[in-house]
Amino acid sequence: MRGSATSGRFADSRLLRDVVGVAAIAVAGAAGYWLFPDNLALLTRVIAVALLVLSLDLVVGYCGVATLGHAALYGAGAYAAGMACLRGVTEPMTLILIGAVAGAAAGLVMGTIMLRAHGLAQLVLSIALVQLAHEAANKASAYTGGSDGLAGFSPSPLFGTFVFDLWGRTAYLFGLALLIGVFILLKFVVASPFGMLCRGIKEDPVRIRAMGAFVFPVLLKMFVISGAVAGAGGALAALSTQVVGLDSVSFELSANSLVMLVLGGLGSLYGALVGTVIFMGFEHVVSAINPFHWMTMVGALLIAVVLVAPGGIGGLAGRLFPTMPAKGDDRGGRS
Amino acid sequence: MRGRACKDRRIAVADRNVFMQTVFSIAIDAVAYGMALFIICIGLSLTMGLMRVVNLAHGAFAMIAGYIASFAQRELGTGYAVAILLSILGTIVVSIPIERFLYRRIYGSPELTQVLMTIGITFCVIGITNYFFGPTLKTIPLPESLSEPVDLGFRAVAGHRLFVMACGLVVAAGLWFLIEKTAFGIRLRATVDNAGMADALGVRTQVVYAVSFAIAMGLAAFGGVVGAEFLPIEPYYALRYMVTFLVVVSVGGAGSIPGALLACLVLGTIDTTGRYLMPEFGNFFFYAAVIAIVCIFPRGLLGRAQ
Repeated sequence: MRGSATSGRFADSRLLRDVVGVAAIAVAGAAGYWLFPDNLALLTRVIAVALLVLSLDLVVGYCGVATLGHAALYGAGAYAAGMACLRGVTEPMTLILIGAVAGAAAGLVMGTIMLRAHGLAQLVLSIALVQLAHEAANKASAYTGGSDGLAGFSPSPLFGTFVFDLWGRTAYLFGLALLIGVFILLKFVVASPFGMLCRGIKEDPVRIRAMGAFVFPVLLKMFVISGAVAGAGGALAALSTQVVGLDSVSFELSANSLVMLVLGGLGSLYGALVGTVIFMGFEHVVSAINPFHWMTMVGALLIAVVLVAPGGIGGLAGRLFPTMPAKGDDRGGRS
Repeated sequence: MRGRACKDRRIAVADRNVFMQTVFSIAIDAVAYGMALFIICIGLSLTMGLMRVVNLAHGAFAMIAGYIASFAQRELGTGYAVAILLSILGTIVVSIPIERFLYRRIYGSPELTQVLMTIGITFCVIGITNYFFGPTLKTIPLPESLSEPVDLGFRAVAGHRLFVMACGLVVAAGLWFLIEKTAFGIRLRATVDNAGMADALGVRTQVVYAVSFAIAMGLAAFGGVVGAEFLPIEPYYALRYMVTFLVVVSVGGAGSIPGALLACLVLGTIDTTGRYLMPEFGNFFFYAAVIAIVCIFPRGLLGRAQ
């Protein structure tokens, strides 16, 4: 960055790259719509989980806070949207907003508790929190439907015209639009000075503190943003399937989303999407044959990623094509 | 009047007897469950405290042991004791190459890397064991001498409960002796405190790590088989109890034997009491207690400052 001309060109190429990236997501989404018209429910679920993985990336990839309890935020959004819908708020956009707010509130609580601890204690707290949320959702069956799940709500048509049909077309396109919107927003967030500060904290919290910044409020803010994204994902899942199960607040979902993130590449928003699509696509195909083959395969993949490609698939692509500008500012942190 | 008072008193006495009986059986179950947890978790506490590896695959090794023991008893027709021995040996044999090729690469890595690698190992173990042994609940039949109640003079207690408690105490004492009183224990502690210096002084740290890992896996195997009455061996055992084991160890303080014992007894009591008195809450109290303890003692109840 020697002169303003260079930095201007750099910003231009970054902007161009992000426009191309978003266009690629839109094209891939549209391709999914045309290629798999019978599997739109699954694809909508992929989008919902992709939002969860994106939100996890904000915390793990950009802030370096290891968590195995992120599904608590996703579940908070899902249950909030479901309960609001049962009580008469059926407008889809409002429901997504309610889910995001609930997720943000859950993120605030979770962040406040988790960020006091470090290392192992932090990890254990995140697990304990998601398990506690799971038990609470199970116990409060009057509100959440307990182990039967929350069902019997139906959102009203989108913009008053597009009904949530049986094939899931509306839900899918709505989800895709939501994903693209959130993705663009997050691109701004991670490129902002605030996002840079988060990455700095990940690299060296002591140094950031010495520079005069407060670490805890910054991380908490990122946790709240992350909670809003995860909550929106949960609300999307609730809208599209019209049922909210206990599995949406589970350790398994949390662990799986972490696996997806690492598979795709930590610290890169594209990596989060790629990891989710690959993981869930393979899961759909292989676990239909034998769920235990699926577990063996995921396990072997995880070990391979840790040993061979710590940057995930994104990092691997960056290493194979080092001339590609793809790794400019998205260089995946080594896990 | 007098008859009525007598009857009231009899009812009161009977009530108290029922109450005492409930308290007693909860206490016995809680202690036995805590001890079973302890035998499994102490191995994990060693790997986490001494070798600094967050080994989420610990339950997977206990599961391998349970499968071996069940196979030995049901297919080969061996006795309980032989099955336990076979399962411990088998698990250690399985664990040696895993330590050599996988764990050795993640000593000293960040927690996230260790978590991912060990979750991967867990998934692989679940997939492979169920491919070979079939996805069913594996029972490990108790011998007659353990399944009968033992009369303690004032109460009869299931023999198996007493056996588990005795095993737990023996393990705790044996480990304490091994770490505090033997030459190997000195090398182990030296390696933990400063691996580079220990290496320079002629301690073969790689061997120390390998042996400690094997001991930890042997304990996991022993605990898995002995505690199968409390934590039944089933296809997703390694995943289902992964969190429980990790939580118990971090509550106790990684690397501390008395800490692990204390954590197992406290959490075992909370869990068992909750299940007896308020079964509809499930694990709610267990995790609420965990959050409270970890918030107050971030290094665990008796963990050392690092």
